[in-house]
Amino acid sequence: MAETAASGPGMPQLDVTTFSNQIFWLVVAMVVLYFVMSRVALPRVASVLADRRSAITADIAAAEEYKLKAQEAEEAFKKAEADARAEAARIVEAAKAEMQEALNAQIAKADAEIASKSAESEKRIREITANAVEMVNEVSTDVTKDILAAFDVKADARSVNAAVKAQMKGDA
Amino acid sequence: MAEESGGLHIAPMDQFRVESLFGGDIAWYTPTNVTLWMALTVVAATLLMVFGARGRAMVPSRAQSAAEMTYGFIYKMVEDVAGHDAVRFFPYIFTLFMFVLFANLLGLIPFAFTTTSHIAVTAVLAFTVFFTVTALGFILHGTKFLKLFWVSSAPLALRPVLALIEVISYFVRPVSHSIRLAGAMMAGHAVAKVFAGFAAALGAFFFLPILAVTALYALELLVAVIQAYVFTILTCVYLKDALHPAH
Repeated sequence: MAETAASGPGMPQLDVTTFSNQIFWLVVAMVVLYFVMSRVALPRVASVLADRRSAITADIAAAEEYKLKAQEAEEAFKKAEADARAEAARIVEAAKAEMQEALNAQIAKADAEIASKSAESEKRIREITANAVEMVNEVSTDVTKDILAAFDVKADARSVNAAVKAQMKGDA
Repeated sequence: MAEESGGLHIAPMDQFRVESLFGGDIAWYTPTNVTLWMALTVVAATLLMVFGARGRAMVPSRAQSAAEMTYGFIYKMVEDVAGHDAVRFFPYIFTLFMFVLFANLLGLIPFAFTTTSHIAVTAVLAFTVFFTVTALGFILHGTKFLKLFWVSSAPLALRPVLALIEVISYFVRPVSHSIRLAGAMMAGHAVAKVFAGFAAALGAFFFLPILAVTALYALELLVAVIQAYVFTILTCVYLKDALHPAH
């Protein structure tokens, strides 16, 4: 520390001769800074902060409003959806009933058709049966005549017929 | 050269010398390095608070954001510590904070002159606060301001003793207020200079003091900001005593 003594007093802070200079310039600097801050800087920053705060408050209020609107819209949508579902169910029900009705009518019609067809068939079966019986009689008579002719038995047609008929009836 | 002479040529206090800018003797009006660095302090504070915030943008730029955060930080400090009625002293407290903060920070620039390392400067700041606050206390509360020293919650017998202690501590306030700041600034800068001097003397191990100086600079940056904060918050505490002297 011996060297430092050569370059001046040990602590420049305690050199009283510079105090007046420092204090004078400090006062000047502080006064200038005070006026710059209090007249220009602080009001400006304060106004910016106030503007921002009011903008944020307004935005939050607007957002709240939009949120409310969105909720309303959602409720309206839900109501519309429920209505639409009910309407759809009603339409489905009506369509089902309509189809059932049409089906019933078709079934009834088909039933009637089937009944008439089966009646017709039955009639034809009976006809065919009757024909067949007649043809059997005829064939039997012819066969009987042929047999009688073969044995040279004379028989008139009427008695043969009667005999065949009687035979057939007996069999039947 | 330090090794040749066998001794260390470290003059850690030289950086605090007040010197005339243009030569000659130092009178009270002479422009000195004090003038220069105080002017730079004012310019730096103005750059941040006036030009930084000049955009007035709804979404602030970085500089504007820094200005607004500084404003908000000090505003909240004044309001929280000294009460809402102290807000009218906000410009004064803000000016104090900006001055001390930028004087401390600019002082960290190598070869800079640290105005706040001088007790003459910090004492003027501290005593201005002290006298303002004391006068304010008497103006607002008259003799009731003296209740600050009369601890009514203590037993009656103890009160005169406590009053004496309170009075002493009250008058010590400006001294500790100013010496704390100047001392912290001076010590840090002197230590940095001593370490820097070692770097020249240690030869091959020059990097050790350089690492130490680097670490010290980080610490000094912290100290610079914290001392500005401490100086300001103490001002707020003293202001609170003047506005609300009752314990």
